[in-house]
Amino acid sequence: MHLTLEFGGGLELLCESVKVHNVNVDMPKGADKLTMKDLLAWVRTNLIKERPEMFIKGESVRPGVLVLVNDCDWELSGQLDTTLEEKDVVVFISTLHGG
Amino acid sequence: MEDDTKPKKPGTRLCCACNQRRAALKRPKTLEQICRECFYAVFEEEIHQVILENKLFKPGERIAIGASGGKDSTVLAYVLSELNRRHNYGLDLFLLSVDEGITGYRDDSLETVKRNELQYGLPLKIVSYKDLYGWTMDEIVKMIGLKNNCTFCGVFRRQALDRGAALLKVDKVATGHNADDIAETVLLNILRGDIARLSRCTSIITGEDGPIPRCKPFKYTYEKEIVMYAYFKKLDYFSTECIYSPNAYRGFAREFIKDLERIRPRAILDIIKSGEDFRIATSTKMPEQGTCERCGYISSQKWCKACVLLEGLNRGLPKLGIGRNQGLNSDAKEDIKKDGRTKRSSSGLALHQEIGMWLNGRETKGDVFLFDIHPTKVFQIEGITQIVLNTWLMGHPPKSIVLVHIVS
Repeated sequence: MHLTLEFGGGLELLCESVKVHNVNVDMPKGADKLTMKDLLAWVRTNLIKERPEMFIKGESVRPGVLVLVNDCDWELSGQLDTTLEEKDVVVFISTLHGG
Repeated sequence: MEDDTKPKKPGTRLCCACNQRRAALKRPKTLEQICRECFYAVFEEEIHQVILENKLFKPGERIAIGASGGKDSTVLAYVLSELNRRHNYGLDLFLLSVDEGITGYRDDSLETVKRNELQYGLPLKIVSYKDLYGWTMDEIVKMIGLKNNCTFCGVFRRQALDRGAALLKVDKVATGHNADDIAETVLLNILRGDIARLSRCTSIITGEDGPIPRCKPFKYTYEKEIVMYAYFKKLDYFSTECIYSPNAYRGFAREFIKDLERIRPRAILDIIKSGEDFRIATSTKMPEQGTCERCGYISSQKWCKACVLLEGLNRGLPKLGIGRNQGLNSDAKEDIKKDGRTKRSSSGLALHQEIGMWLNGRETKGDVFLFDIHPTKVFQIEGITQIVLNTWLMGHPPKSIVLVHIVS
């Protein structure tokens, strides 16, 4: 599944300072859909190069990291249970850096 | 009405305000789902109401916006100039930035502020630590290392903003402190037992008795909404962590608040409310506000914190003013014997024995020595002797500075 992932608010520093990643993510074996939970695990393994604790806490994002799926707050689409579709755009923004 | 991005799936929720457009976020304050346009409107209107209800500004005032280039101050500059136009506040707005002299961090964020100056048409004033104090943070860190550097930076920044505001001849400084920041500060002040600051930190206007008051128009604004606003509006802000170690204690409080917010977003406003309604026992001794004998800045001590820290830097005693009850403002000269009872060095010697060895007879009655335990230096205060000690206490005693007065 082709997805566009964007990292902002300082999170890009965890993936070699690249903000936008066009990626191809396979569905988990035996599953017929890809959820945000699956995507986070994939991102953790494949994109985050340093300090993963700045991004992940438990199986979700660290509190204070905002997630938008197609420019919509993931709190409206079921957070970890949000089902992703081809060409979806997922944005992660940290709110934890100074102001 | 179609958005420029595709809806997630059929039956996507609609905005609870207009009932027409697709909801774009869940508001932490109210848990309402709301579309972008309605969010902009309600976000700006709430800040407008806070400004009115608390009488933050008067027509004709000159207002400096403390601008770091980060998300909060960038959104503040944008929203304030918007509201000033829309509601005819009649304010002269300025951007005021502090250049701490941190290569690879502040120089980059200042570029953002310079772009904001053009984007929002607000005049910008930059004051630097180097000009005000003679030291950049890079130079300070080179001297003192990565411990306590945030103390220097915080104390210096506070004064630098005031001095810049005086140069701009403004009536007030507006800062981007948001609800999350204030909740965090309430918790920190409780954790530190700092009752004086606890009672001050939730005030939306502070320093009204001083020359230039400060106000926080975002006192009730959630960080999440500020970041969402900046993201949707594509505002240009800078977001990199300071290259010098972040304040770890504050970090814990911050993380705790964010964990609470995830379970119950109202917690943030409730912590602020608790801070506001705190009643301080009349028996609690509060520090008296006076002015610094040296620079005239507000201070509850003889010298203000910035002057104490600066004195330490300039005299080669950078730990002066760090920690409790030590330094120039303190009369806590401990005699050797008193100290020796409580502390032991790594060699197993009592502290007074160890100190005695190091002084090696060069002390005379009336001398005062300052022992800097982290890392390993001892200085004679009124003399030229600087004895570097390589085997100082390894056990990390609670105080980093011990003043020793030779009494016999």
